[in-house]
Amino acid sequence: MATEQKRLTTPLSDKEVTDLRIGDIVLLSGTVYTARDAAHKKLVELLEKGEKLPIDPTGQIIYYVGPSPAKPGKVIGSAGPTTSGRMNPYAPKLIAAGLKGMIGKGEMGSEVVEAMKKYKAVYFTATGGAAALIAQRITASEVVAYEDLGAEAIRKLMVKDFPVNVAQDCYGGNLFIEGVKKYKIEA
Amino acid sequence: MRELQTKEITSAVKRLCMEANYYLGEDVLNAIKEGLKKEESPLGKDILQQIVENAEIAAKEEVPICQDTGFAVIFVELGQEVRVVDGDFNEAINEGVRQGYTDGYLRKSIVEDPIRRKNTGDNTPAVIHLEMVPGDKIRIIVAPKGGGSENMSEVKMMKPADGVEGLKRFVVERVEKSGGNPCPPVVVGVGVGGTFEKCAFLAKKALLREIGSKHPDPYYAELEAELLEKINRSGVGPQGLGGRTTALAVHIEAHPCHIASYPAAVNLNCHAARHKEITI
Repeated sequence: MATEQKRLTTPLSDKEVTDLRIGDIVLLSGTVYTARDAAHKKLVELLEKGEKLPIDPTGQIIYYVGPSPAKPGKVIGSAGPTTSGRMNPYAPKLIAAGLKGMIGKGEMGSEVVEAMKKYKAVYFTATGGAAALIAQRITASEVVAYEDLGAEAIRKLMVKDFPVNVAQDCYGGNLFIEGVKKYKIEA
Repeated sequence: MRELQTKEITSAVKRLCMEANYYLGEDVLNAIKEGLKKEESPLGKDILQQIVENAEIAAKEEVPICQDTGFAVIFVELGQEVRVVDGDFNEAINEGVRQGYTDGYLRKSIVEDPIRRKNTGDNTPAVIHLEMVPGDKIRIIVAPKGGGSENMSEVKMMKPADGVEGLKRFVVERVEKSGGNPCPPVVVGVGVGGTFEKCAFLAKKALLREIGSKHPDPYYAELEAELLEKINRSGVGPQGLGGRTTALAVHIEAHPCHIASYPAAVNLNCHAARHKEITI
């Protein structure tokens, strides 16, 4: 397990993805798209029909988040990650379409790991529940698709030094297994 | 009979929805700070530090601790000497939720039907648990509950032969299997006994107890301490990425049960363990 701190700016290249290992702490800057369950369903339906997506996933990162409404004068409301496992059925198809990374909380399934290995993508976790802190690292927010979905609409965010951890890498490394193994005390 | 206007209920619920989402309880914050002292994982420490900092930002700016501002779960203890006048009691509570979630810039996370899934747009309806008690007061507890931790909860109809060891296994495994999904460090609510639905209700109610408080029954106080230690030896750690701080507390609520039955429920709560209350 590495514990290197890195700075990365989106879009990510294959080289940047393959340089990451579980345990790396990354401060992320640049564009990040948001999507959760409902938006993923729509995106994957479009991919299956061979139609154009409302966002180009090439080299991009999707953040699994449904922010709270912005107070007047704020860019965005609180914006912590949601549980990534719910996106297991959808993520492989987006990775195949060029997506390079996902940000969420909790572990992603084996079908996603296979796609991450094959197409070179990485899964980051942000701290679930640190939503007010994360919001301070978001400098711009704009709804770019599915406005009718409310909190579940697709937003284009600009982030600056967004703190994330490499939890699952493109080599099958899994911090949910390695980290827990390291600290487990056998009875 | 003491008369209570529904508008008083509405304004109390509105305020509690906002306060519960902006201000993390002192008991929770203290438990996280204790965890920070004991945590051995550098990443785990970093995460706990972020949680402390996050609570400070949320309180100062009056923004939600977590973007998932939850299902409004509302416990009401209604004194039998109180007569609610001037409107519908349930609607008064829902109006409070509507106003609190709208005016408080809280997220609307409720769909009107579990299959057809259209958002109601105002976070109503609430889940209301009403209990009648002696006296002429009304106690209202608002406990917004996030989806991530709720999804990791479980009810199990165990056999009496499973004994206390069966309960321990069930609780510890539930936390271990949940990994990072419920946003550990978690608060573990356990309901044991009663019926299928009663133990689930008790598990939820157990989440309301102050963290650090001892169970009044020494048997359960000891069991809670043992379970907490076992859970914190699991290695799950903050956000499931490894560490010592997996749970902040284990709270058990027990109830008499049928000779054939041994139901148990585990309701997990994330570290944003929110509840605020008022007695009118």
